[in-house]
Amino acid sequence: MRSFVFPEFSIIRDEERCGSCRGCERQCAFGVHTYDPVTDRLTSDEQKCAGCQRCAIFCPEKAIVVRPSPSFYRPNASWSREKIEDLKRQAETGGVLLTGCGSDKPFRIYWDHIVLNASQVTNPSIDPLREPMELRTFLGRKPDMLDIRAEDGDVEIRTEISPNLTVETPILFSAMSYGAISYNAFRSLATAACRSGTYFNTGEGGLPREMRDEFGRCAIVQVASGRFGIDAEYLNCAQAVEIKVGQGAKPGIGGHLPGEKVSLAVAETRMIPQGTDAISPAPHHDIYSIEDLSTLITALKEVTNYEKPISVKIAAVHNFAAIASGIVRAGADIIAIDGLRGGTGAAPKAIRDNVGIPTELAISSLDRRLREEGIRNQCSIIAAGGIRCSSDVVKAIALGADAVYIGSAALIAMGCTLCQKCYTGKCNWGICTQDPRLSGRLNVEIASTRLSNLISAWSHEIREMLGGMGINALESLRGNRDHLRGVGLYEWELDVLGIKGAGE
Amino acid sequence: MAKAFVLEPGVRAGPSGGMGAAVIDAASLETRELNDRLRELMLSGARRVQISNVCGQRYIGTRLYTPERLKMEIEVLGTAGNDLAAFLSGHKITVHGNAQDGVGNTMDSGEVIVRGRAGDVLGFSMRGGEIYIRDGCGYRAALHMKEYQEKRPVLVVGGGCQDFLGEYMAGGVVIVLDLEGEIHDASFIGTGMHGGVIYLRGIVEGSQVGDQVDISPAEEADMEVLEVYVSRFLERFPEVEMTKEEILASPFTRLTPRSKRPYGGLYAY
Repeated sequence: MRSFVFPEFSIIRDEERCGSCRGCERQCAFGVHTYDPVTDRLTSDEQKCAGCQRCAIFCPEKAIVVRPSPSFYRPNASWSREKIEDLKRQAETGGVLLTGCGSDKPFRIYWDHIVLNASQVTNPSIDPLREPMELRTFLGRKPDMLDIRAEDGDVEIRTEISPNLTVETPILFSAMSYGAISYNAFRSLATAACRSGTYFNTGEGGLPREMRDEFGRCAIVQVASGRFGIDAEYLNCAQAVEIKVGQGAKPGIGGHLPGEKVSLAVAETRMIPQGTDAISPAPHHDIYSIEDLSTLITALKEVTNYEKPISVKIAAVHNFAAIASGIVRAGADIIAIDGLRGGTGAAPKAIRDNVGIPTELAISSLDRRLREEGIRNQCSIIAAGGIRCSSDVVKAIALGADAVYIGSAALIAMGCTLCQKCYTGKCNWGICTQDPRLSGRLNVEIASTRLSNLISAWSHEIREMLGGMGINALESLRGNRDHLRGVGLYEWELDVLGIKGAGE
Repeated sequence: MAKAFVLEPGVRAGPSGGMGAAVIDAASLETRELNDRLRELMLSGARRVQISNVCGQRYIGTRLYTPERLKMEIEVLGTAGNDLAAFLSGHKITVHGNAQDGVGNTMDSGEVIVRGRAGDVLGFSMRGGEIYIRDGCGYRAALHMKEYQEKRPVLVVGGGCQDFLGEYMAGGVVIVLDLEGEIHDASFIGTGMHGGVIYLRGIVEGSQVGDQVDISPAEEADMEVLEVYVSRFLERFPEVEMTKEEILASPFTRLTPRSKRPYGGLYAY
């Protein structure tokens, strides 16, 4: 069937600069560029272009510009170009529209409506270049009280302390599974996490055996509804186990890793036959209640000999705070809350762009709810979904999070341009693909250095912001909403965030 | 009509010989305490343990993973609680009594024998090892069972199963013998199935199985598989008053997935 959809992008090639080196042709897995030996020129099929900018960035002559197509339908406030084209695609295929990355829709980004405080004159600011600034964070259950005895100078803590994760900076890499992302991307995250004193999250695709010894010490392993790649060794080699209930990009639904991405190595890691769809059902079919969740949490504590904190990751949705309270009471040591703009390798567009609530509001609601119930100490909160920079991290912590997960930000550090075509498996940046020709483009040493650089840069900035507020430990910022003010927000939004308006 | 199978009155099918087996009396033990004892015994070198007076304690066998892959044989007297043998790593557990929900949840390897019935979500996401249940089981048995290379889980149920048997099944072998002779009445069998095989003794209607399932009579190769596992079943449960020949004389139905990619055509791309 002939497609009635415009090309999304225009490709402009500066013929004077172009040396016909065919680099663009080699770079593009979507097959946009082709060389015509008769004219010795390159031509482009714009219909196939994903807008990932790989060819433009790698063109040695800087001869290529890829920009949004200027073609338009008659302007219509109701029928935007996106709406018209989505509809056409469905008329042509009869299928569910897939997309990748976090929602690109203009929901209010609360980070950009919150400003931070700084010290002036009284309570002077602290110079982080001179003074020690504590970013180290412990994630997990804290006791209600500590029974400490001191005898003859020996201090003894009699309270049983639950296992906690020690993270040197409050930034962890979000769950991205091997299978969704390439081996090199996965290994880069692991390498950078170990180097930077933080953790990567395996997602639900298992942890390759040869990585367990080396990277288990900075791994959080996931148990999701598909239960892929899970055995007792996998659970025990890591520092924490996370039960994935929901994901911000697709709350309430499962996932299908298509058979073509289940390569030999992915099959081995997930422990399923090569080429089968890896289906993660929408719910865990052994969890239909808080009691069932409690059973799985305890089962995971049993299998890991009560040595590891258990995290439960849920998507931020309406009334999730009450559910989270149940999750804490079910025994979770960490709650990971993933908001509306959380990323994905593949999600139905209708779900990604319409289900869930913004992370910022979710953090505040959750923190408040747990405080009101007197159980905030029983779990740590990791916030995820739409964290773009160090100030977002600082604001998340001031709203009540203990730490954040970054997914998209980490991928961007490795080269991702958020073209949203992750589900095609043709990622030209070598990140979201199982094609060895493409994944080989991502050099683990370089990519992990880029990731470590990012963590290091953000950590420095966080210290600067903390020092500016006159705070020398992240602990003192947690849930400290007095350091936040809202700009351009409605009363209800300020109420949910628990912050005052600027100038108040 | 299958013969009923019952224990002789007054005779309790007990553990086979107590020689050298360590003993735990679970009467006053909470779940965690019981599993503490089990782990201590394993680490101190015990290879056979008998636990008496079990009354709903959970996760028996779960905390027995060691990097050295130590293995134990465990006899449970009483009713095993939820998640018996969850994540089980190579051990053998025999329950002289019933087991509650979640037997063999995400089990990796080893063997579980239940001389009684099992509750819901039996063999959930099981990826290896064998489970034998003498009587019937509850809902959602063998959900998302999967296999890889040499790991091919086997679940044999002597009685009947309830709805959602083998949903999302991705590998392994499930055999439901229905020896109690009730007409098999489960629905939604094998919905979303994309691997493995289910054998049901007797007949199943098309309306009882998911759209993703092919129904066919068991063939010669299937009968060979059935013979192996029915033999093993009877070895484990000598109290069952039927012979292998009697069981295998009935027609068996084979359920297999139509595709290993049941939802491949769902998307617009």
